[in-house]
Amino acid sequence: MLKVEELTKHFHTSSGTVHSVDGISLTVSKGETLGLVGESGCGKTTTGRTIIRLYEPDSGHIIFGGHDITHITQREMLPFRKRLQMIFQDPYASLNPRMTAGDIIREPMTIHRIPKDEHSDRVNHLLKLVGLNTEQAGRYPHEFSGGQRQRIGIARALAAEPEMIICDEPISALDVSIQAQIVNMLEDLQKSLGLTYLFIAHDLSMVRHISTRVAVMYLGSIVETAPSDELYTNPLHPYTVSLLSSVPIPDPEKSSQRKIIPLKGEIPSAINQPSGCKFHTRCPNAKPECESLAPVLQDKGNNHFCACPFV
Amino acid sequence: MYDAEEFMPLSAEEKAGAETLRPSRTYWSDAWLRLKEDKLAVLGLCVIAVVILYAVFAPMLSRYAYDEMDFNFSNEPPGLVHWFGCDMFGRDLFVRVAYGARISLSVGFLASFISLFIGVIYGGISGYRGGKIDDVMMRVVDVIYSVPAMIYVILLMVVVGPGLKSIFITLGISYWAPMARMVRAEVMRLKNEEFVTAARVTGASSSRILFRHIIPNAMGAVLVTLTFSVPGAIFTEAFLSFVGLGVSAPMASWGVLSSDAVPAMAIYPWQLFFPAGAISITILAFNFLGDGLRDALDPKLRR
Repeated sequence: MLKVEELTKHFHTSSGTVHSVDGISLTVSKGETLGLVGESGCGKTTTGRTIIRLYEPDSGHIIFGGHDITHITQREMLPFRKRLQMIFQDPYASLNPRMTAGDIIREPMTIHRIPKDEHSDRVNHLLKLVGLNTEQAGRYPHEFSGGQRQRIGIARALAAEPEMIICDEPISALDVSIQAQIVNMLEDLQKSLGLTYLFIAHDLSMVRHISTRVAVMYLGSIVETAPSDELYTNPLHPYTVSLLSSVPIPDPEKSSQRKIIPLKGEIPSAINQPSGCKFHTRCPNAKPECESLAPVLQDKGNNHFCACPFV
Repeated sequence: MYDAEEFMPLSAEEKAGAETLRPSRTYWSDAWLRLKEDKLAVLGLCVIAVVILYAVFAPMLSRYAYDEMDFNFSNEPPGLVHWFGCDMFGRDLFVRVAYGARISLSVGFLASFISLFIGVIYGGISGYRGGKIDDVMMRVVDVIYSVPAMIYVILLMVVVGPGLKSIFITLGISYWAPMARMVRAEVMRLKNEEFVTAARVTGASSSRILFRHIIPNAMGAVLVTLTFSVPGAIFTEAFLSFVGLGVSAPMASWGVLSSDAVPAMAIYPWQLFFPAGAISITILAFNFLGDGLRDALDPKLRR
């Protein structure tokens, strides 16, 4: 469905070049969910936005449904926008406050020339599909709660009947009690509509719940990818290990037995990235050669790839 | 003690009945509710309404025409027959001030609507496009803004002659500049909002994003600027007429009436009092309304 090869996106600022996305390769097959996790500032949102061509990629290839969409014009991109949609992080900022819920959901239908007489029925159908009331179509975003707004955002993404949705941290701005509802709804929608997801998040437990495979990102590069269960039971890269050790366990006995592996220092600046392995400045088992040796993803069996030669 | 049966879940029917939906409130109806709370703004709105009614109906209902001279009533003081008195030619001032209101208000509203159309579209494109296009477009605005209105009128007088036409053209040329600047600033703020990104992901065209997503969100600020630009235009017209660059006799605008009354100010003060009072009250009313609108549309600004 989606294949990304060696994608890079740099931003030139007055203080230097920010290497937000630095040679990322990933594939998402039809019907599966690829979870993309990492700390804030690691470039996961930029990756999502570059794939959907909100940013112009610097190099690499984006192949969607067999077509290379890396450098096509925005006009040529239009048919792909119908097939590839996005759900945003902030449900308060991502809905136009001057449009009603119905208008927001109707807009993609107008843009993608779906016959006018079908619009009302489809808006009502979509509202029901995401668990809202059809009477609420005439309401404005400020009249909804955060969870309801995110449902409107999901209905908008579904309005053009896409094949794939990039979910850019769709739950991190929501209350914990709502997060599970939204994730379950996304899963149900995936099953009933045959959707493919690229699910960007920093919450590892939610990603495990929804993802078929998970890719872990650090400073613009992918350090480890594996099927979801494999990654959580058998993490290889030291970064993944320490990330997983920080996930809270809702059982005080197990929690006290577990060893948390804290990372030293802050995430380095994306402008002056460390040489060699980008993680060597914070890695608990860093060796002298890590400073010069830039690691690549190696096959560790079981469809498990890791960018650390020492595991 | 309570019975478990008292805590049965609602049936589907009961549930439907229990769901209450309060009537939907739009941004504008919210703003109107807040505006109604603001006494000065309501006063301003009432005064503007009275002035408009006066301008529309007084000349129709009065026994006198604005240019009807009657030397028996020359410089008549205000009384029951001539409510605002008469000028030196015995023309009824109540009708003439109403007639002046027509001209002054139409100048004010016309200038504002020109500023609305040109300013919103020009500022919108400039802010949305950004970069070099924005630079060039804003320098044009700077040039227009830096030339005083007087210069335009004097130059236009040479071409089209003095009168209402040159005042309309002058205000048309110069009044949209502040609006364009304000709209540009709003658009630059709004174009980085997430809902604009969302529209772009959906595949919306630039014009759709600008006119459906960005400008509707800037309309609050536009309305406030519009309300403040009406009194500015009224005052400019009054000023230009006062110095003799505006409408000419027997037509009357508030500026012309004031100007005519100045030589005899000490002897017949009412001739100056009524037109000057009308200018002041109208401008004050628009400013009250503008302040109220600004607070009502953006409650965060109010202290």
